[in-house]
Amino acid sequence: MLKDDLLHFEDMPPGAVFPLGPKTVSADEIIAFAMEFDAQPMHLDEEAGKNSILGGLAASGWHTCSMMMRMMSDSYLLRTAAEGAPGVDFVKWKKPVLAGDILAGETRIIDSRVLKSRPGIGIVSLRHELRNQKGETVLESENPVMIRLRAQEESRP
Amino acid sequence: MTTDPDFAPGKRRELGSYVFTADAIIDFARQFDPQRFHIDAEAAKDSVFGGLCASGWHTASVWMKLNLASNAVEAKEALAAGRALPEFGPSPGFRNLRWFKPVFAGDELFYSRTIRGTRPLNSRPGWSILELTSEARDKNGEIALSFDSAALIKFPSTEDAD
Repeated sequence: MLKDDLLHFEDMPPGAVFPLGPKTVSADEIIAFAMEFDAQPMHLDEEAGKNSILGGLAASGWHTCSMMMRMMSDSYLLRTAAEGAPGVDFVKWKKPVLAGDILAGETRIIDSRVLKSRPGIGIVSLRHELRNQKGETVLESENPVMIRLRAQEESRP
Repeated sequence: MTTDPDFAPGKRRELGSYVFTADAIIDFARQFDPQRFHIDAEAAKDSVFGGLCASGWHTASVWMKLNLASNAVEAKEALAAGRALPEFGPSPGFRNLRWFKPVFAGDELFYSRTIRGTRPLNSRPGWSILELTSEARDKNGEIALSFDSAALIKFPSTEDAD
């Protein structure tokens, strides 16, 4: 990909929206992630999930975050002049993500500002929402990402 | 509320350590976070991080792995001491997650969690919300990861009666 094809800070103004998903969540994926990172019964076994507060074989919340990261990558991040993220302001796991669910949503740009401390880099604040096939919100999150400016010199204050 | 000293505010527990091998970093990132600095050691040299480093979601997910392992040890200790065990429920989420520095291939992180407090949950009688601050440090003691999380917890009923 040519450098000019990358999305830069200037291409991500407040209000811009990028779609996430759709992503079908399989029982096998849920179990594989849980075996490695979150081996609790409701993430490993259908019956145990049904008998839990979650009501079925449910993805680890960390798995849902990781799936969202993949959806972000596929939608825009891999074609963005991104320089990493300093963190995540919050993640709310609003509803269980169950085997067979189809997740989709969007990332909305809610703020952007040029960094004085690092010339040529801007911070873009992202708000993410994922919903299941019933339209129920399963995850809400906000986090900042560092992105290079296209017009580095011109943008200096 | 609970009088269990293991859940008193300020109580800190070391959760153990984890070595992030290049293979593990790449495996995770290929599935979930295929940015070049997480999947390609050569390409990573030219990136802002300067080397192959773990996805932040990988370092966070390992916290859960070690947290569960620690809970299992605690459960055994409690059982041996004849103490009743709390039951853990789902988590509503986390906030203030910070990735302070890259975690490079071969780095070992040492995880811990500290209790911030517990409060009864009006919407689910018998259950409380447990609030934690967790962190991971490298072998030099430098902080690499921290976040504040919460989880539902049901303390043994004799300790709920207050």
